[in-house]
Amino acid sequence: MEKTNTDQTFEPKIIAFVCNWCTYLGADLAGTNRLEYPANIRIIRLPCTGRIDFNLVIKAFEVGADAVLVSGCHPGDCHYNAGNYHARRRWILFRELLEVLGIETERIHFSWISAAEGAKFQKFVTEIVDKTRALGPYRGYQSITHESEER
Amino acid sequence: MAKIGVFTCWCGENIARHIDVERVSKAIESLPGVHCSMNYKYMCSEPGQSLIIDQIKSLGLTGVVVASCSPHMHLKTFRAAAQLAGVNPYMVEMANIREQCSWVHADKEEATAKAIELIRISVEKLRHNRPLQPISVPITKKALVIGGGVAGIQAALDIAAAGHEVILVEKEPSVGGKMAGLSETFPTLDCSQCILTPRMVEVNQHPKIRLMTYSEVEKVEGYIGNFSVTIRQKARYVDVNKCTGCGTCWNGCPNKRIPNSFDFNLGNRTAIYIPFPQAVPARPVIDSSRCIHFKNGKCGICEKNCAAGAINFNDEDKLITEEVGAVVVATGYQLYSIGKEQSNPNLSGYGEYGYGKYKDVIDSLQFERLISASGPTGGEPKRPSDGRVPQKIVFIQCVGSRDNAKGVSYCSKICCMYTAKHTMLYKHKVHDGEAHVFYMDIRSGGKKYDEFVRRAIEQDGALYHRGRVSKITEEEIDGVRKLVVRGADTLTGKPVTVEADMVVLACAMAPTDGATALAQKLSVGYDEYGFLSESHPKLRPVETNSAGVFLCGACQGPKDIPESVAQASAAAAKVLVMFSQDHLTREPEIAHVDESLCAACCACVQACPYEAISIEEIVDRKGNHVKNTSRVNPGLCMGCGTCVAVCPSKSIDLEGFTEEEVYAEIESLLS
Repeated sequence: MEKTNTDQTFEPKIIAFVCNWCTYLGADLAGTNRLEYPANIRIIRLPCTGRIDFNLVIKAFEVGADAVLVSGCHPGDCHYNAGNYHARRRWILFRELLEVLGIETERIHFSWISAAEGAKFQKFVTEIVDKTRALGPYRGYQSITHESEER
Repeated sequence: MAKIGVFTCWCGENIARHIDVERVSKAIESLPGVHCSMNYKYMCSEPGQSLIIDQIKSLGLTGVVVASCSPHMHLKTFRAAAQLAGVNPYMVEMANIREQCSWVHADKEEATAKAIELIRISVEKLRHNRPLQPISVPITKKALVIGGGVAGIQAALDIAAAGHEVILVEKEPSVGGKMAGLSETFPTLDCSQCILTPRMVEVNQHPKIRLMTYSEVEKVEGYIGNFSVTIRQKARYVDVNKCTGCGTCWNGCPNKRIPNSFDFNLGNRTAIYIPFPQAVPARPVIDSSRCIHFKNGKCGICEKNCAAGAINFNDEDKLITEEVGAVVVATGYQLYSIGKEQSNPNLSGYGEYGYGKYKDVIDSLQFERLISASGPTGGEPKRPSDGRVPQKIVFIQCVGSRDNAKGVSYCSKICCMYTAKHTMLYKHKVHDGEAHVFYMDIRSGGKKYDEFVRRAIEQDGALYHRGRVSKITEEEIDGVRKLVVRGADTLTGKPVTVEADMVVLACAMAPTDGATALAQKLSVGYDEYGFLSESHPKLRPVETNSAGVFLCGACQGPKDIPESVAQASAAAAKVLVMFSQDHLTREPEIAHVDESLCAACCACVQACPYEAISIEEIVDRKGNHVKNTSRVNPGLCMGCGTCVAVCPSKSIDLEGFTEEEVYAEIESLLS
């Protein structure tokens, strides 16, 4: 589905699920270093990406997110040894399920950002905001729920 | 009814410059549950905290949201303040409007709008929070130290000196580790054994230390303060209680030509042996794979000669279970294998240096034995092939270290120093000999270290060539086998060829075999090379992310003796801090199971990285089976929440990040 948004006033809403030990601290570091990025992102702090049940991602779309971002520690660096591996495995399975459901997977972004990668956090968020702005507002979730209600 | 107070901080100008705090306070006032909304210049200051405490007391607030900096900065501060005022500390939330808002968004309108939303997320979460009580766990005040090298010995002695019992487990028949085999130590050229052996004896005689040599940790269960450790004591075939260490057995053993691994196979030992004369305990071990009695049931000379009747050919491995409260890992290092065969597919050897092919190409630990007074040649530098005293030795540094092509990118840190030491010791023994060193850089940071290297070069005349060696071949020159070393000196830009009698390779340090398997038993992380991971490289260098497990010495990364000893004492100090209390207090933000809902599907049991969840049976009063349920061990759970994500019935939940709380956070963003 190629889409280009022409509405210049559209401000995407992006919900991020990040782990407490790497990406949350990476975002803090971006702040300490005063690395500016668009104000469209809302971070939900969780202990570990392993905690992210993908129902949370669906919930984020339900409340009107135009994109969702999931980020944790690099493989091998998990504060809890293996939580991020669980998240990665779950994501591989979940992606296919999303496609079946009709949710556009290009609106979900996965990354590893460490506590030392403030600049990567800035770049990642900026790119996602630009991409989502180009995609336009996400109405897919509403249309899916409408369809199921009509049936 | 929740009565929430929201306190927005200006952080001087840090927040107030980019966020209209007055507008934020006003906007928050009308949110459900919010009872008061105030702002102040410095919330973390004494008057700021007093403001929070006063409002809690005067308005009877049940929860507090502080909108200021990162929770990593001040959550503890504000939790403590709330507790002073009588509010449960887990009824405090923070909204990060500094690091993640005012500092990164220049537009005041946008930043203010975002700040309001961030506070709304926290208020909604807090409305669903429950008060939590810290968890109290009893402590067994006994420590397990794994590895009896210099680090493990130091840690054991320090903990025992404070009056606590210690079990010191060593896999070899004697304590001492690598240091016991070294000749002399840099930068003072003190005899290594003279420093170490008294401590080895002390560790064996200390009434609080139980020394278990020739033993390995088989299994670790439990959690901080309450570990249950199973130790395999390998069959020694000698009763250490009867044995007097007289030496009749090993002196009489006819099987004398077995390569001694303590001498890195340069010398020989017998089938019943002590690894070196100063071994502690001075009690032999029978190598059953080489002993004639175990092959054909004959011989038995040692048994006949032993006046104490200590030989027991029917001895078996024993499994011993011990309860301990803390674990110190000090498993040390080994040298990176430089032969062609590699254990790890990411590594490759140095075939071009001919190690394993040419007898006179040896590694640095072999050279240590060769020049050690207790070594196989009695300290005479004789080359292994024909016993001649080498007139020219080439030392090659960074063999394996700092070589991405071979799979090791790190610096092994000690090789520059011990190579300088090797050249000195050699020159002190062979005054007219030549010591050539090929190096990449000289790294000699440390007290009196650089002076030591300069002394090797300027006083003892070691010849340093900055460059790499490309190939070593063995050739016969004037009737003598020589090793022709072809390298480059990049400072003069010329190739260098040395016809050497012996080559010593300064191989990279690598973790010992089995260190990663042990790490897995202890739930300790490790890097791509197998070095164990500390909790924080700067601020928690001896802790691990597995509570109650500490690290010291070279198992954590390459380091020299003083650093290992310092780290060992640091690990001991951490253990002693733990042991100074009768109970441990742990954060209550851990998983718990609603046992009425749990179907015992085991998804959480398999997902848990800490093996903190087990399946338990619920029985009625008569003892009849009702159902099975999973149950979380509060001492083991670290609160990652992986179990919550995998639970199909959502009967397991994570305190502090419950489903209810996280969904409330997301729903607060509904547009």
